[in-house]
Amino acid sequence: MVDNYIKYEFPSLPQNVGLARTVTAAFAAQLEFNLAEVEEIRVAVSEAVSNCVIHGYSGKTGIVQLELAVIKDALVITIRDFGKGIADIVQAKQATFSTDPERMGLGLVFMESFMDRLEILSKPGEGTTVIMKKHPERGFANVGISRNC
Amino acid sequence: MLIETERIGPNLIVRVDGELDLVTSPLFREKVENKLNQYEIIKHLILDLKKVNFIDSSGLGAILGRFKRLSQQGGRLSAVNVSPQVRRIFELSGLLKIMEIYNDRQQALNS
Repeated sequence: MVDNYIKYEFPSLPQNVGLARTVTAAFAAQLEFNLAEVEEIRVAVSEAVSNCVIHGYSGKTGIVQLELAVIKDALVITIRDFGKGIADIVQAKQATFSTDPERMGLGLVFMESFMDRLEILSKPGEGTTVIMKKHPERGFANVGISRNC
Repeated sequence: MLIETERIGPNLIVRVDGELDLVTSPLFREKVENKLNQYEIIKHLILDLKKVNFIDSSGLGAILGRFKRLSQQGGRLSAVNVSPQVRRIFELSGLLKIMEIYNDRQQALNS
């Protein structure tokens, strides 16, 4: 398969969280993800973009970049903001850590559980980049069959 | 998203239609809080999630917030018509520890 990519940029408005989920699911359709996997991808993207809106820019409007790529039969999602950044990523990854009582602090937990790989790059004052990768399970099976042939 | 509420005695049934995320969770919170303020006798919040096709941690936070309030008043939380995807999110989040899941409204009302 020819590697493919698409890049989006949008303001950090709550209504763009749903848009990011939808375009990612549409892009992911070129790989053989099953329905449960697409659902997992939608949740992971929703969490990452929500974090840009809530934490990255704290309600102010800034720029969010969403890059989607197919690299070696895997979906690679890069979500970037130029907001306040995360001071302590290890602390942020803990399930109960949230700065808002109305929130569960589960965003990073879902991103980590639902994707094969999660990488967070952040510097206070400069912003946060989240890179997530997922292989379709069926994709792995196909690779196995073609190797046997 | 559409939110419909119906009170039956001490039960408040909330039917959510759509996606529970960063945009819709504040609407859910406001609507349910209004009803809880209006009827102080409510002891059982029943979420009918038949038409909910997406939920993330913003939605879970909004549900948890209502549970916290209700439990202070001695109330409890149930959900009915939960899809497998939404159930999985509930499981992973630990929300199933504080919430009962029933097949339908009648079962939740009889519980």
